[in-house]
Amino acid sequence: MDGAWKKKISIRINGVEHIHEVEPRLLLVHFLRDVAGLTGTHIGCETSICGACTVMLNDAAVKSCTVLAVQADGADVLTIEGLAQGEKLHPIQEAFWECHGLQCGFCTPGMILTAHQLLMRNPQPTEDEIRHALDGNLCRCTGYQHIVDAVQYAAKRIKPGLVRSKQKAVSRKQ
Amino acid sequence: MPVSKLVGAKVKRREDPRLIRGLGQYVDDINLPDTLHVAILRSPYAHAKIKSLETDSARQHPGVVAVVTGAEIKDQVGTLPVSGGNETLRVPKHYVLAVDKVCYVGEGVAAVVAEDRYTARDALDLIRVEYDPLPVVTDPEKALAPDSPVIHSEWPDNVAFRSEQKQGNLTKAFKEADKIVRQRLVHQRLAPIAIESRGVVARYLAAEKELTVWSSTQIPHMLKSNLAQMLKLTENQVRVVAPEVGGGFGSKLNVYAEEGLVAHLSLKLNRPVKWSEGRSENFQATIHGRGQVGEVEAAVKKDGTILGLRYKVIADIGAYHQLFTPAIPPFTGLMLSGCYKIPAISMELTAAFTNKMSTDAYRGAGRPEATYVIERMVDRIAQELKIDPVKVRRKNFPKPAEFPFKTATGLAYDSGNYPLALSKALKLAGYEKLRRDQKRLRSRGRYLGIGLSTYVEICAMGPKGMWEYGKVQVEPNGKVTVLSGASPHGQGQETSFAQIVADELGVELDDITVIHGDTATVPKGIGTFGSRATAVGGIAVYQSAQKVKERAREIASHLLEVDPDDLNFAEGRFSVKGVPKRGFTIQQIAQEAHLAKNLPKGMESGLAADSQFEPSNFTFPFGTHICVVEVEPQTGRIEIKKYVAVDDCGKVINPLLVDGQIQGGIVQGMGQAFFEEVIYDENGQLLTGSLMNYALPRAADLPHLNLTRTETPTPVNPLGIKGIGEAGTIGSTPAVVNAVVDALAPFGVTHIDMPLTPQKIWLLCQETKAAGSEGRR
Ligand code: FES
Ligand code: FES
Repeated sequence: MDGAWKKKISIRINGVEHIHEVEPRLLLVHFLRDVAGLTGTHIGCETSICGACTVMLNDAAVKSCTVLAVQADGADVLTIEGLAQGEKLHPIQEAFWECHGLQCGFCTPGMILTAHQLLMRNPQPTEDEIRHALDGNLCRCTGYQHIVDAVQYAAKRIKPGLVRSKQKAVSRKQ
Repeated sequence: MPVSKLVGAKVKRREDPRLIRGLGQYVDDINLPDTLHVAILRSPYAHAKIKSLETDSARQHPGVVAVVTGAEIKDQVGTLPVSGGNETLRVPKHYVLAVDKVCYVGEGVAAVVAEDRYTARDALDLIRVEYDPLPVVTDPEKALAPDSPVIHSEWPDNVAFRSEQKQGNLTKAFKEADKIVRQRLVHQRLAPIAIESRGVVARYLAAEKELTVWSSTQIPHMLKSNLAQMLKLTENQVRVVAPEVGGGFGSKLNVYAEEGLVAHLSLKLNRPVKWSEGRSENFQATIHGRGQVGEVEAAVKKDGTILGLRYKVIADIGAYHQLFTPAIPPFTGLMLSGCYKIPAISMELTAAFTNKMSTDAYRGAGRPEATYVIERMVDRIAQELKIDPVKVRRKNFPKPAEFPFKTATGLAYDSGNYPLALSKALKLAGYEKLRRDQKRLRSRGRYLGIGLSTYVEICAMGPKGMWEYGKVQVEPNGKVTVLSGASPHGQGQETSFAQIVADELGVELDDITVIHGDTATVPKGIGTFGSRATAVGGIAVYQSAQKVKERAREIASHLLEVDPDDLNFAEGRFSVKGVPKRGFTIQQIAQEAHLAKNLPKGMESGLAADSQFEPSNFTFPFGTHICVVEVEPQTGRIEIKKYVAVDDCGKVINPLLVDGQIQGGIVQGMGQAFFEEVIYDENGQLLTGSLMNYALPRAADLPHLNLTRTETPTPVNPLGIKGIGEAGTIGSTPAVVNAVVDALAPFGVTHIDMPLTPQKIWLLCQETKAAGSEGRR
């Protein structure tokens, strides 16, 4: 809105710098979707419950509906669009495809990034650990079983180090 | 038909690559240049007169383009449509924005259109509304009482409609009964909660007089016709696109106020207009499901034979009808026989208006209620007669040889083998051992419960006008385009339809593109609901592929100068019998067909065919679910120890997709049993208005599900498929409740209303303890 006080911020999204003037109240998720045009991050509740908006902020999974864009000033953000390397899918994406870990696909970007964080911290999780790690992400379609299968499948195939988003982000920077 | 290579195979979904990369386009992802954003002011009162409405300050707010109220637009936008119902149906006028009175919390009162979504929401705060509150009624039973406030003054009371279904000699059944088992059952209101809430983008091109509406809908074609009518446009001026849709579960099988409103605003302002529903709006203004309170009476013989069933029920309609509101509760009556031979059945239904959001189709839509009634009753009967619930079920099953099996409610179940699914599930669960464990653990003060549900449901909607459309077209370059009037939103028909066509035409899966959800591309269609997309829409696609093949055969026979019967077809190629070298592939034939220089006399160019399929009957998937729980009376905690399901949806095109549907369905049914309930207080305030106080099942709440299938094809369609979209939800709820009641039988518990929250369980155990009934075993 014209006349509102705005602040200039710079956020590196998937390795690309985005510099914009924004209202301080702008949510990070709206910055990603409406300002940066990356609509892969979804909004399912705006109240930090559903996890559809999960992104990695400086290597930690956050719900971007509860972070202000100005709080992410200077940070590195990884969204679903930044996970694959060109045509090559990330092993977690491969796994969701292989195990039918999605139906409508709306929760999927958030699920994948949450799984990504889990596997960074715990490369060989048990079914129980996976279910607990996904507890902040709601899926109404799958009943979670195929999602759990997908995370297990990915865990078996991920080479150590591949899940470090920061390295990836840096290497994508031209 | 060639040997099927793909039908029946676990084929990875073709829709996934875009979705796992975050490249799917849902409504809110559509950003047209110059788009305006809508925010809707909703009523904070459940029942009130609008005394005054002042919108000037909102209009003057910088960035605001327009503000509209119900009174201003009521002559420009028609009321919302209602479908179904009998001669008793009362249809109150349902405007896209309330005109002079509001009837539920969340009803739209005014809309702001602004340059961006934050500004639109800011301006809502500047609208001043003065309400004159009226008395409220939210309980459907109270709404029917003589002293209740009346919601729609056109009528003397809150009856929305009545219906009575009565078949067989009930008087005789109840006279001959050894015992009459009675139970009051509540099917609580639920919120469907697709993770993508609703959204609409509308763009009117004045020069072309063309309105395009992108909506998160399950029924683009029905929406198109209805919008044309509401906006007084011709159907060819309206195009509806259902882009990627993030789940529906029935909640998007509707025509909503916002769809009419946003389309109208685009027409009026001549700019693209967008509205994205927030989650709290979704709780208030997207349809709810279930909402029935009923009394059941079963007449039974000592040996467990069920002679008759009476269900007297009140359905909670909400303040208005939505598209299929009047059609849902009668479905319950139709399915009350469950998978049993019950000679006499009646349902006496009264639907009540209440000051709440409307109820309408939610995954299962009337059948979960029926299944819950009959499956709870079978367990109640078993408990009363002290017979194993498995025995009562077996006693009343029709035999496989009795199919098509006619129920007292007037249906003919297409095919089934209920004892087989049951035995398989019992074996998988280790039933005998479970019962021994239960006994052993009880003596140590631990409470194991085993619950069964042997369900049957009604699918593939349906005969009598519920056709679906499909088209198969081989392009000049040999690639295949499939059009379908179904509108999948997660079910995976871009994959399963391609499997059907690939097998039929012998082409590669990757050479097939399935298109759906756009009324400009797909000439007609009905949509995705009632587990019909594959069992009806898939058949239309299959028939079209067959027609294409026949046409290709004619062309091949013409080109090869042989009789069509002298051609073999294999691997996508027609060849002369005995001279396999002489032949044409379907791609070569497509090219010839498009060139049209050498075609059989009278044949038009191109290689395409379309068709419509309307089944002669519904299909009836069935199965057995077994849930094993342990209940901790000290805390009310319930742990699911085991969950086994044997489902039968006839032939399967893609087992991966079927498993996905079953798993998702089971968990949604568990949601009803354990967690979910839409609660309004007596003032009509929605107490469960966000995901913070409406609990959905989460990954950690759930056990690993142990699934398997039996396969009894349906004779209703040529592929033998029955549909599987809702079976899980229908089957699982009663299995869970039966398990928990079974666990608490030593406490004298015979029934618990859902959701089975720990608090409720704990209180119940305390009460029975206090009443001294503990240890009654
Ligand atoms: S949209 Fe952020 S958690 Fe739901
Ligand atoms: S796939 Fe639809 S919400 Fe998860």
